[in-house]
Amino acid sequence: MVGEIRVAINSDQDIVSARQKGRVVANELGFSSGDATLIATAISELARNIVSYARKGLITIKKVNGHNREGIAVIAADEGPGIPDIRQALRDGFSTSGSLGLGLPGVRRLMDEFEITSQLGKGTTVAVKKWRQ
Amino acid sequence: MEVPILKQGAFLIATFQAALSDADLNQLRMGLVQQVVKFRSRAVIVDVTAMDVMDSFASRTLREIAHMIRLRGAETVIVGIQPEVAFAMVQLGLTLEGVATALDLEEGLAYLNEKFKVTN
Repeated sequence: MVGEIRVAINSDQDIVSARQKGRVVANELGFSSGDATLIATAISELARNIVSYARKGLITIKKVNGHNREGIAVIAADEGPGIPDIRQALRDGFSTSGSLGLGLPGVRRLMDEFEITSQLGKGTTVAVKKWRQ
Repeated sequence: MEVPILKQGAFLIATFQAALSDADLNQLRMGLVQQVVKFRSRAVIVDVTAMDVMDSFASRTLREIAHMIRLRGAETVIVGIQPEVAFAMVQLGLTLEGVATALDLEEGLAYLNEKFKVTN
């Protein structure tokens, strides 16, 4: 596959194309179709957060190498308002915009590694990884 | 992308495609409720067999569809949630509590036929 795939997120339609591209990359990297579904679902939630909270941003999907293993990394970056309280946002059931909220605890469960940085007024970056079994 | 809604006797059947955007889902929600009113349908089957991702928005929309249709006095059955999709939904913490589900279209129809004792 090519080095990395970037999907600009500007609308709800981009959520669909980001998760479709994520599934293609996951398949190319040899992930099982079950894992590809988990990855595509995580991408859908991350892209949705961008649309809901920051309006626009970028999803980057790429291959990563670890110790004797390969995986996929997804980075969701925006220059939106930022998250005031990350610990609260990572708690199940937390929501600031409607009934389901950020879904970040769920995304963390779908993937193997999860990192978030957020600065008020500057934006949020969520980086997640999943290793191939 | 339009979701086809098929009238089958007293029931409506809506078949989801793989790549539904939020706007498509919102449109379907309104369309289904309007059709239930128009045809005085007793129940709606939403077939999600082709959906390869069920994220928080899609699952919330399904719950809303079911609740709106219940307020009309009709019932909703979601059929065809794929095993991998079900696994991802559970990991994500999504539930369809209070909404009837069935394995596939056939099971969904059998459930409703039994419930309403109708022959379509």
